[in-house]
Amino acid sequence: MIVETGHYALILALALAVAQSVGGLFGPARRSARLGALADSAALGQAVFASLAFGALVAAHVTSDFSVANVASNSHSSKPMLYKVAGAWGNHEGSMAFWVLILALFGAAVAAFGGNLPASLRARVLGVQGAIGTGFLAFVLFTSNPFARVFPPPLDGKGLNPLLQDPGLAFHPPFLYLGYVGFSVTFAFAVAALLEGRVDAAWARWVRPWALAAWSFLTIGIALGSWWAYYELGWGGFWFWDPVENASFLPWLIGTALVHSAIVCERRGALKSWTVLLAILAFSLSLIGTFLVRSGVLTSVHAFASDPERGVFILALIAATVGGSLALYAWRAPRMAPGGTFEPISREGALVVNNLLLATAAATVFLGTLYPLFLEALGGEKISVGAPYFDATFVPLALPLFLLMGVGPSLAWKRADARAAFVRLRFAAALAGAVALVVLAIEGGARILPALGIGLSVWIAAGVAVDLAERIKLFSAPFAQTLGRARHLPLGRWGMATAHLGAAIVVAGVTASSAWQTEKIQMMRAGDAVDLTGYRVVFEGVGEVPGPNYIAERGTFRVSRGSREIAMLLPERRTYPVERQQTTEAAIHTTWLADIYIVIGEGDGTGAHAARLYYNPLVPWIWLGAVIAAFGGALAAADRRARTPATAGAPDARIVI
Amino acid sequence: MKRVLYIVPVLAFAAAAALLGSRLGHDPQALPSALIDRPVPNFALPSPLEGAPGLATGDLKGRVTLVNIFASWCVPCGVEHPELTKLAREGRVAVVGINYKDKTADVRRWLGQLGNPFARIGQDLDGRVAIEWGVYGVPESFIVDAEGRIRFRHAGPLRPEDVTDRILPLIAKLGG
Repeated sequence: MIVETGHYALILALALAVAQSVGGLFGPARRSARLGALADSAALGQAVFASLAFGALVAAHVTSDFSVANVASNSHSSKPMLYKVAGAWGNHEGSMAFWVLILALFGAAVAAFGGNLPASLRARVLGVQGAIGTGFLAFVLFTSNPFARVFPPPLDGKGLNPLLQDPGLAFHPPFLYLGYVGFSVTFAFAVAALLEGRVDAAWARWVRPWALAAWSFLTIGIALGSWWAYYELGWGGFWFWDPVENASFLPWLIGTALVHSAIVCERRGALKSWTVLLAILAFSLSLIGTFLVRSGVLTSVHAFASDPERGVFILALIAATVGGSLALYAWRAPRMAPGGTFEPISREGALVVNNLLLATAAATVFLGTLYPLFLEALGGEKISVGAPYFDATFVPLALPLFLLMGVGPSLAWKRADARAAFVRLRFAAALAGAVALVVLAIEGGARILPALGIGLSVWIAAGVAVDLAERIKLFSAPFAQTLGRARHLPLGRWGMATAHLGAAIVVAGVTASSAWQTEKIQMMRAGDAVDLTGYRVVFEGVGEVPGPNYIAERGTFRVSRGSREIAMLLPERRTYPVERQQTTEAAIHTTWLADIYIVIGEGDGTGAHAARLYYNPLVPWIWLGAVIAAFGGALAAADRRARTPATAGAPDARIVI
Repeated sequence: MKRVLYIVPVLAFAAAAALLGSRLGHDPQALPSALIDRPVPNFALPSPLEGAPGLATGDLKGRVTLVNIFASWCVPCGVEHPELTKLAREGRVAVVGINYKDKTADVRRWLGQLGNPFARIGQDLDGRVAIEWGVYGVPESFIVDAEGRIRFRHAGPLRPEDVTDRILPLIAKLGG
């Protein structure tokens, strides 16, 4: 009964999505306020029914209702409760239902919090959202119905892919989808602006918090995914330039460009059509990301649900959404009033360079991901584009970006004094240079990249600190005044500082763990010891341990430093009998400065086991930094000024965002 | 002229969509049909190890051989390494490797740490030979029969079930 209610609610949500798109798109065109207002109530109703539908699906998973095909093929009665719940979105049908739910929730949020938007703009934004919702709800209902029944119901389910039975991955898709789908709002704003024929400072001000929210969610989602790959795939790495990883990274790069270009659009009235294009691209790439994961076009370690039949439907949806919006862009964008010109040495100049670098980086990643397909389609030749390509193209673009990050926030709008900015940042520059030289000396001059990476990380962090200290007159004014200034500094400013600091931490983590990872791979017998970068690791043997729905071979390793015992690490190889699959569970001891990471491999039958031991310096900083950066994005999104109606008039060059 | 610029995004998308659409339904793990049951491409590669024999077309005749394309920078290659080691030790099939776009020092260190399961290794510095083989990504493995014809291709790391369910039965069938 619950299941049928859910199915019915999903059909009602589709009907409301149709109403939302009709009301929202035709209301303003016919100057009918009532038709436009229909979009508001339809959006709220769609969210209610989509929530009901998804709630019903979760209920079916929690109660292990195996008469539902989706539960039967993805769940099992012996599965722990967390994964029964997470199983609702850990499969194709459920994840698409979840996608639609989030879209409906974002639509409702626009309807509920968009009170300060002009009525016609709000109606059009909701109309575009409704149209997207219509397409995807139809996709779910007609090709991927999560509520389909099976008869006769099986006695027990087939189980969830064991790789997905993991806390990191249980929460990875929700955040990733919040990010992907969050960009549907900025997309809707962009299309609505093209329909209205007007992009102004107020528009940019309304778009920015949505872009920041989506960006923050996507940052967390990608970080969770990379964390999962790090400890679950057991390869000791955190990023593999895998097509599916790239698919989530592309909207992130474009989204990062978008949150920066929207500032220029808001403050200087420039980069209008560029910002609109970025808003369209961020969501388009999110859709293409979904398509790549689902369609089975690319090989990937992550593509768990692939089905070419559905790929056709999704490709048609993408063609309509992306192709339609880009065609509208080609038609309407040239008519938008161009913004003013500006000086190269200025805040907006730095942001333009930032956008060029980010867009180029996105283009190289996009090409690298699709190039093998492209070549194959042309000549049938199969080639691979591996990590070396991405390292070789991405790093040279990232380095100048980091260099710019240190100085950009200190530049004034309109026309900045480059020399004054460098005088202000001389301590930051000196510190970063000194650190880079020390790293270079330790390396013996053999490699430049680690020194550059660590130096740039220090440069960004010190730049943020100097800029903040300057603004709150730290040490140059009485402490009470400093405190008062800190309190009055806009939240957006704190958000930016926090996000950039997070980025600095990520840069340090990526640099150190790529440059100074130690890897030991060898056969070990009970009693064998290995030296791992100052630690001594003793292997004590392997035992069999039963789990709730798996059997594990668990190795015991004692880690000590000098005479002090530090940790006992218990890596596992789990065999899931229901799914007939094996997973590795790396055991990790973290000091927050480094991880000791051990994976146990297969035995050779004579008592020796293959063990892989890694010393990964600063690797936890990658995820710590990502969380800090996402928090910064959330702070900036919460800035009060983003929610008040924009005032007309030229912005004051000294009050900075 | 300026208007043309605004049309570029939609044209680029149309090209990308056409590309993705044309690839639907193709299994990226499948071997290009042109190569299956065909003789292995002509090649001769030196070994990355000092004084060790390289790998050439002629070496793949006479017995059933598993050709593994690997690189030290490829993480999944380390994952499948124990499977290759086991296959090599059991001796039912000759295991040889093509080292793909690698540095000599790196591959020597990699083999030194993990052990070398390969009877012969050819070093494919610029990836030309791998292209002849139709390699899409590393790791990949091919089964070549005693007449030197490619009979099977596996993309991605070899998992234990790949070996037991597909590789070993095929080797038995080919009389390895």
